[in-house]
Amino acid sequence: MITKEDVEHIGWLARIEISEQETVEYMEKLNSVLEYFGQLDELETEDVPPTYHVAEVFNVFREDVVEESLPQETVLANTENKQDGAFRSPKIG
Amino acid sequence: MAKWMSVAQVKEKIRESSAEEVTASYLEVIEKSKINGYVAVSEKAVEQAREIDAKGHEGPLAGVPIAIKDNISVVGMQNSCGSKILEGYVPPFNAHVIEKLQEAGAVILGKTNMDEFAMGSSTETSYYGPTANPWDLERVPGGSSGGSAAVVAAGEAPFALGSDTGGSVRCPAAFCGVVGLKPTYGAVSRYGVVAYANSLEQVGPLANNVTDIAVLMDVIGGYDRRDSTSIDRKTAYQEALVDDVKGLKIGVPKEFFGEGIHQDVEKAVWDSIHRYEELGASWEEVSMPNIKYALASYYIIAMSEASSNLARFDGTRYGFRDRGENWHSMVSATRAEGFGTEVKRRILLGTYALSAGYHDKYYLKALKVRTLVKQDFDRALSKVDVLMAPTMPNPAFKKGEKIEDPLTLYLSDVNTCPINLAGVPSISVPCGFTDGLPIGLQIMGKPFDEPTVLRTAYTFEQNTDYHTKRPPEVA
Repeated sequence: MITKEDVEHIGWLARIEISEQETVEYMEKLNSVLEYFGQLDELETEDVPPTYHVAEVFNVFREDVVEESLPQETVLANTENKQDGAFRSPKIG
Repeated sequence: MAKWMSVAQVKEKIRESSAEEVTASYLEVIEKSKINGYVAVSEKAVEQAREIDAKGHEGPLAGVPIAIKDNISVVGMQNSCGSKILEGYVPPFNAHVIEKLQEAGAVILGKTNMDEFAMGSSTETSYYGPTANPWDLERVPGGSSGGSAAVVAAGEAPFALGSDTGGSVRCPAAFCGVVGLKPTYGAVSRYGVVAYANSLEQVGPLANNVTDIAVLMDVIGGYDRRDSTSIDRKTAYQEALVDDVKGLKIGVPKEFFGEGIHQDVEKAVWDSIHRYEELGASWEEVSMPNIKYALASYYIIAMSEASSNLARFDGTRYGFRDRGENWHSMVSATRAEGFGTEVKRRILLGTYALSAGYHDKYYLKALKVRTLVKQDFDRALSKVDVLMAPTMPNPAFKKGEKIEDPLTLYLSDVNTCPINLAGVPSISVPCGFTDGLPIGLQIMGKPFDEPTVLRTAYTFEQNTDYHTKRPPEVA
């Protein structure tokens, strides 16, 4: 069972602001889903390897060479928050 | 012009008149739409069609219009994913599948509605409001590619692209009475498709018949080095369209006919299997004991991947931005306001499943169960050529009916999400009706054996008439 404090902590980790009232709502709905997930405990999986994906390809790399990329102004075109060819955001702390 | 046309008929019409005329005629139909299937209509469609007329109709889809789900990047058009957080965002590059469509001469009509970030089975969580099911406007079209399925069913496009992470092409195909394919994982490039859960999703076609699905797969399928899970393998999709299932072995996994299945759905699927028997196929029951754990495994993996993928939406480079005194408060406020409730729930659950102390209990456990589900498919498909089951256990439900309780909505994916865990191909074809609502038959195959899946679906279509029925409400 997750508590109100857990919800607040997860909200901080995920960078999603959660109001006092929402915390209670999330706690109830999240717990009902987690309870459902708990059914997996019935299965013995000690010796089963995990499957991250099913494509039988691993470590796909390309040659380390400079390739054509989007022009800076195109990349910056989707925001008003820019300055001197860079994205502008509030200070971290 | 006839409202519902196959791609071959559309091409015939283009030869008789012009691509411009055909595109204009679809735009007229879209203008009168009652279903809210499109969230944006292309302002350049007519101009593009005119250019294709001038060039002389080169390419397999020269002048043929198509609708695109709003999570697939098209230069110059919005790519909202049905979310406020991507308000105003216009991608500076095309998805691989869009490049392929444009090379083939297709004309993009517009972007279609979807559950926010493809998280849902009803197309109700979109920032642009719900899409209606053309067969009953009070009901949902399924999701998350509900807009793509509904516009095809309503004759507002000959075919469309959607994406399928846990059933998002097949569910709306079943609910709207159209055909929808989730290709084998790695068969179609995901480059330029906004990621929700990248180990599970594939772009997939929706159309009014199996032939048009194969036509589209021949255009969009194939290797792309920009998707690191793309597999270099050639498949000839249209060549598989042969009306013959003699000797075909069908497996019927009883776990897909579980508690709560609608009796008319069960009957329609069994009637279809018996029809195959008359056509020369044989069937046997198979058991896939771990399928009952697939839904929980699927949701843990999808949410975990989502929590990581959706971290990029931070109000910095594109889309909606809220105020905040520092970076953390700006991002937290932006995401609180920009994401809808269901998306936030999934990010929070995914964050929890990956967090210190819970990673092994949830995420790692789900990945291990995924192995068991995959083994169930390998075992079953080593004995038979295809598996058959209902796509959805029930017909389309009413708007608002399942949206309040997340778990109720998740349970509707019970028959579609196991396929994404295993990465196998699966198609949904119309196979009957209950109270005027379509029912979908799901046909699953071995990895990269789309040819057998398509041949099986095509043969059914050649010998039944469910795919010719049209929704009266939008006729």
